[in-house]
Amino acid sequence: MISARSRGLMAAKMLMKGTAARMGVMKRVSLVFKAKANKALDKMEDPRETLDYSYQRQLELLTKVRRGVADVATSRKRVELQMNQLQQQSNKLEDQARKALGMGREDLARGALERKASAQGQLNDLQVQYAQLQAEEEKLTVASQRLQAKVDTFRTRKETIKATYTAAEAQTRINEAFSGISEEMGDVGMAIQRAEDKTAQMQARAGAIDELMASGALDDAVGGQRDDIQSELDMMSASSDVENELSRLKGEITAGAPKQLEGGANGNSQGAQAPQAGAQAPQGQAQPASIPAADRPAEPQDGEG
Amino acid sequence: MIVRISGEGQFSIDDAATAELNRLDSELEAAVNRNDEAAFTAALHGLLDQVRAHGSALAADTLEPSDLILPPEDASMDEVREMLTEEGLIPG
Repeated sequence: MISARSRGLMAAKMLMKGTAARMGVMKRVSLVFKAKANKALDKMEDPRETLDYSYQRQLELLTKVRRGVADVATSRKRVELQMNQLQQQSNKLEDQARKALGMGREDLARGALERKASAQGQLNDLQVQYAQLQAEEEKLTVASQRLQAKVDTFRTRKETIKATYTAAEAQTRINEAFSGISEEMGDVGMAIQRAEDKTAQMQARAGAIDELMASGALDDAVGGQRDDIQSELDMMSASSDVENELSRLKGEITAGAPKQLEGGANGNSQGAQAPQAGAQAPQGQAQPASIPAADRPAEPQDGEG
Repeated sequence: MIVRISGEGQFSIDDAATAELNRLDSELEAAVNRNDEAAFTAALHGLLDQVRAHGSALAADTLEPSDLILPPEDASMDEVREMLTEEGLIPG
């Protein structure tokens, strides 16, 4: 539509003069798009020659959008991987907390749950990012399909225009084809730019989380390193095995008297207190399983301290 | 009338629905001028909902230019300001 184009040109000139201020956002944005398209058209001496050139640019843009989709997908997968890691970690920490509570170590359980809360916080953040990346990916995919459809139409029209060229007619049809495709190209270009910006921001944050996990601040469930909570739990569990063994042996020696069951239970609770006394004793006896319960430092670092 | 929601596609809209569009557009512009991000977001979403509710999507392979172009759903006020200057747009 020539009329549409000249309207666009007029409006574009108004925009340049600053009279567009009362025009509303929608109109102004569309005028900016039109001004761009018209500028491109005005450069052409023989529009037919530029049909192929424009088509090349459209194909380049299509490639760029597809690459954009792939980039966003890569970021999304990275976030997904981190989410899985954090979830594993969170599960593991809850498990540790449960075990610690089972052993009467509320302090350890609290420590594990604090780390779990931190991991969970990161996880929530990543879930938001994941949803954003997913939406961005879908948007770009649709944009790429739309551009592909328009590029196909343009190619068909380009061939028709070249085949049936009469100056006046061709000019009109070229204008039509160009203004439609250039608006789409401008929009898709903007969409890619926005997706790239968002992805870059999220990659920076994903990098920060990787560092956080590597530093052990969130504990390291995937790196295979045994953390302090786990090693203490293991030690406690070994210690309680010894206690059980001990009371079993005691029970064997004082064979079968009915009172011994109660006595054994008391013995156990004394045994549970014993490591606390042991904690005040000199450290450095590092073989829990081979030492009598009362002398064993069951809480070398934290615990009561 | 053809309206494009940037990043979303083109819609054909009855002229009857344009009065409400214009009203929301004025709100949008006023919000940008007042630097009121909350009002801006509300007006923008109102505009987009109006277009989606009353418009029918154009076929992807059409080469029709749009009469009006709306910023994308998640656009910030600063981005819209940029869109209103030529420098903010990737060349078509």
